Amino acid sequence: MSAPDLSITLAGIRMKNPVMVASGTFGYGPEYADLVDLSQLGAMVVKGISSEPWRGNQTPRTVEVASGLINAIGLQNPGAEGFLKTYLPFLRRFDVPVIVNIWGRTVEEYAAVAARLSAAEGIAALELNVSCPNIKEGSKSFGSNADMFQRVIAATRAVTKLPLIPKLAPDVFRIAEFARLAEATGADALAITNSVPAMAIDIETRRPKLANVTGGLSGPAIRPIAVRLVWEAAKAVKIPIIGMGGIYTAGDAAEFFIAGASAVAVGTANFMEPATPLNVAAGLRDYLARHQLGSIRELVGTLAC
Amino acid sequence: MQLETAIILDHRDYGAGYRLLRLAAPQIAPQVRPGQFVHLRIPRLEASVLRRPFSIFKAENGELALLYKAIGRGTTALSAATVGEPLSLLGPLGNGFPLDLPAGRVPVLVAGGYGMAALYLLARRLAAPGLVFVGGRSAQDILCVEEFEALGWKVYVATEDGSRGVRGLVTGPLDAWLAEGCAGRTPEFFVCGPNGLLEVIGQRAMARDWRAWLSVDRHMGCGVGACLTCVVKLQDTDGTWLWARACKDGPVFESRQIHWDRIEEEA
Repeated sequence: MSAPDLSITLAGIRMKNPVMVASGTFGYGPEYADLVDLSQLGAMVVKGISSEPWRGNQTPRTVEVASGLINAIGLQNPGAEGFLKTYLPFLRRFDVPVIVNIWGRTVEEYAAVAARLSAAEGIAALELNVSCPNIKEGSKSFGSNADMFQRVIAATRAVTKLPLIPKLAPDVFRIAEFARLAEATGADALAITNSVPAMAIDIETRRPKLANVTGGLSGPAIRPIAVRLVWEAAKAVKIPIIGMGGIYTAGDAAEFFIAGASAVAVGTANFMEPATPLNVAAGLRDYLARHQLGSIRELVGTLAC
Repeated sequence: MQLETAIILDHRDYGAGYRLLRLAAPQIAPQVRPGQFVHLRIPRLEASVLRRPFSIFKAENGELALLYKAIGRGTTALSAATVGEPLSLLGPLGNGFPLDLPAGRVPVLVAGGYGMAALYLLARRLAAPGLVFVGGRSAQDILCVEEFEALGWKVYVATEDGSRGVRGLVTGPLDAWLAEGCAGRTPEFFVCGPNGLLEVIGQRAMARDWRAWLSVDRHMGCGVGACLTCVVKLQDTDGTWLWARACKDGPVFESRQIHWDRIEEEA
């Protein structure tokens, strides 16, 4: 039997393997390029880009907790022009689909950054970060308010032909509803899930450990939460799902495929071992061979229950 | 920068609660410049998701030596690592100190506590010896004085409790030396210690139009510039500030680069 096939086509994007990196954990490309051949990634998902440069939060910005990392970087980024000038030419030297995570403070800002990036050559898809605070609308988040969620997807859909991948927030009452809304509004795939709202306190000073007080928890601590969200969403929609949340091993990734994901992304694990996405892909090939599956596609949504 | 599986050659108490860790790291060790650091995966540190940064005490003959104190969860777990054990290293990281001093400058090293260990490699690599000012709470916080003296450096010690050297802060003997006219020479400062120490030395240097190279200590995440945890505010050309990454753009900055009125002390 020949080696199992890891290649996939997701939202029209051909990938050598189904293991991507998660936005915010691999920079814009150059940061890890000395350590990892970017061409061996399923896709390179860059850190969130807004229409204008953004400074993000004050420090401390991250805190390590048991089996996880809480981050409140605050979406610091060089803006669309900065990304196109400084980083996209570098990324285009590699044989890897480039997916750009985008965000805005308003619906109009989402549309503006989507339109600007769509005019550039060399971007495979846009991932919509809909879990950031909505400054214009008060404390609501685009990701947990169904109306705002739909408006962001519709506004970006109207200005780009690129595949759109909304990244769903984990802290919603019914993720299936958001998944269906995204599908009905023109999303091509879903990324599930983002970091989980969390906080940590210094008990001696009684101060929050993050300057932003709260942040998003990622890492192994959230993996069972993410697997459940993928499973719920996969039952509700036909568009493919990219599963993510605390993936460190091929076994972790296999859980997401079985739950219904068509691809996965490795995030926090990159900080400890930058080659984790490559190791996960190699391990998935072994797993498929051991289970006599010819392709990763045969594993998707095979939960026995 | 690369990943290497180093082997522990020796791991012992160094006195005053410090541990000396010697590693065979034939790939990383020859690349190390003073002021750079390594990012270490701590063995058996359960439920941990980040590496830990360590400054480099010695780098020669394919070996690295790290000097550290077991104060947190990471360093406590590391202190149990045994000879022969493999250790995953990422490094060398960061930019390090400049080694080419303008003619006529005397290197003046200023250290708070374990900052001495990181400056020792610099002292070994600079062309000619200079002066070292070191401060700490008490005698047991003062490291490496004999090592610097063996290289021909003049060492001034200050402790807050007066148990070694003069009583008070490290700025005491330093200011006395400055007041005497620096023995007729222009100092070039190299500083490693708490951010408060960096600031007071940086201000002294800027006031006299001297240079001070400051090794900034920040909470660190990835170590390679991706996660944006360890950012520090630098002066922008328009009078405002911009973020730089201590791990990638630093950890060494010249005092004029730093946006001083906004630097924050982290716990």
